[in-house]
Amino acid sequence: MSEFKALDGTGAVAEAMRQINPDVVAAYPITPQTAIVQTFSEFVADGLVDTEFITVESEHSAMSACVGASAAGARVMTATSSAGLAFMWEILYVAASNRLPIVMTNVNRALSAPINIHCDHSDSMGARDAGWIHLFCENAQEAYDTVIQAVRIAEHPDVLLPVMVLFDGFITSHAEERVEIFDDAKVKAFVGEYKPKHSLLDLDHPVTYGPLDFTDYYFEHKRQQVEAMRHAQKVILDVADEFAKTFGRKYGLFETYRLDDAEVAIVVSSSTAGTARAAVDKLRAQGAKVGLLKPRVFRPFPAQEMVAALQHLKAVGVMDRAISFGSMSNAGPLFLELAAAMKIYDAGVPMADFVFGLGGRDIVPSQIEGVFRSLLQIAETGRVSELVSYVGVRE
Amino acid sequence: MSKLVEVRWHGRGGQGAVTAGKVLAEAALDAGLYFQAFPEYGPERMGAPIQAFTRISDHPVDLHCQIEEPDVVVVLDPTLLGTVNVTEGLKPDGILLVNTSASPAEIREQLNLRTGRVFTVDASRIALETLGREITNTPMLGALVKATGLFEVEAIVEQTRQRFTKKHMKADIVEANITAIRRAAEEVKEG
Repeated sequence: MSEFKALDGTGAVAEAMRQINPDVVAAYPITPQTAIVQTFSEFVADGLVDTEFITVESEHSAMSACVGASAAGARVMTATSSAGLAFMWEILYVAASNRLPIVMTNVNRALSAPINIHCDHSDSMGARDAGWIHLFCENAQEAYDTVIQAVRIAEHPDVLLPVMVLFDGFITSHAEERVEIFDDAKVKAFVGEYKPKHSLLDLDHPVTYGPLDFTDYYFEHKRQQVEAMRHAQKVILDVADEFAKTFGRKYGLFETYRLDDAEVAIVVSSSTAGTARAAVDKLRAQGAKVGLLKPRVFRPFPAQEMVAALQHLKAVGVMDRAISFGSMSNAGPLFLELAAAMKIYDAGVPMADFVFGLGGRDIVPSQIEGVFRSLLQIAETGRVSELVSYVGVRE
Repeated sequence: MSKLVEVRWHGRGGQGAVTAGKVLAEAALDAGLYFQAFPEYGPERMGAPIQAFTRISDHPVDLHCQIEEPDVVVVLDPTLLGTVNVTEGLKPDGILLVNTSASPAEIREQLNLRTGRVFTVDASRIALETLGREITNTPMLGALVKATGLFEVEAIVEQTRQRFTKKHMKADIVEANITAIRRAAEEVKEG
């Protein structure tokens, strides 16, 4: 039987980790770490899990220990946030390139400077080319559900890639919500046992991880990583289907809301997508044909599927909680990626980027309604006067 | 309840506004409702003005932003009235509940508030008499549920007992908090 609990995002993820009972968790236990690792360490101390819990002296070491444990054949999880993820950067690539199915939650928070502890997506967006699968979650329930699915996605023999589960710092990580926690046995059955095909401790089938690989085979290994990422999309959907059959909630590559008959739409991920639904409802009540697309899977980027969902529109606005400094018009990563896809697949829909919420700046429904009004104007005139604008900033 | 109820808490660091918001949310959980409870995070300093927020609804809560137009405002510390605009955004038919020895009419006068419903309770005195310390979150919870009718007072009593016991608080302290809740529920006045 499921149980409903009052948990914040970190507590919900810690519950998922308790149920998954990974072989190894290696983590840097203090700031910028979140309560995920603190709560999980209590489960370790209370004997609720069998996990080998390794506290290390830095996030670089945390991911290094995860890499070693995963190569040895263990099911490995960790958690980080903000500067912690940035400090892991070198080893993020090592984990992905060695095809190690590590599952890590990253609570999306801003990077310094100036010093800021609040939400934006700069941290994980900076790691978007590291070879990890990126799954964004709107609330604590999605974070819990997604961590459970992430284990299956990462360990699938067609994938074998690390997965980052992403949710908004403070907004989701520290807000208490009603969360459905599944029966322990059902979660254990769903994630199953991890039986790695290749592991360092399998002495009968010796393997080498991460040796020198100069001009002779490095390129081929990178090419294989591309194949793994290509396979990931189908596996993500298959695991979501099985999850829906087992637990009842349906997930996809993205979620749409009142999009089919919409004339303009906003594309925004994570917690802000929920706030945007309220704005959609309000404007719909006034007769405006507005809709929403909430990306869930950012890596691998579901370009064709998103274009298919958006190509009937008269204007699309992307809301980015990060800036790709020096990119075209200093736009955000989500906009750049989607704009390219819309062009390549001939969607021909005018688009604009709306950067918001950096460093935790709050975003409320009235501001999102303002974005919709800009999009309705673009739809009417067919002209985009500002490719990138900023919502809620003092100019 | 057929709609979303949004509560904004004003307190000072150390008075337990965040905990009060969470106890209220957990009462919502027991009632089978959806909820959100979250603080406004900033530098956490004892005595500095802080806000916390609670949303309660019979539907899943989609909003993930701060509360701009609360249905209910709770002021845990009377000295905030002169320094923080506690009625900002309060809905015209909203409820203001203040910890003060003043009457509701005096608070209306002080804040020049002509709309909504105003409740007062001397939670500081109740806290001092029951807990021996001016931590006003539990009595204010009692006054809040009485004033709003959101939940039964005994539901909050039960939630507080569970939460505080789980946090390994001594039994006499837990009971003192429960006395504070019940007394505030009896003493809260509308005007």
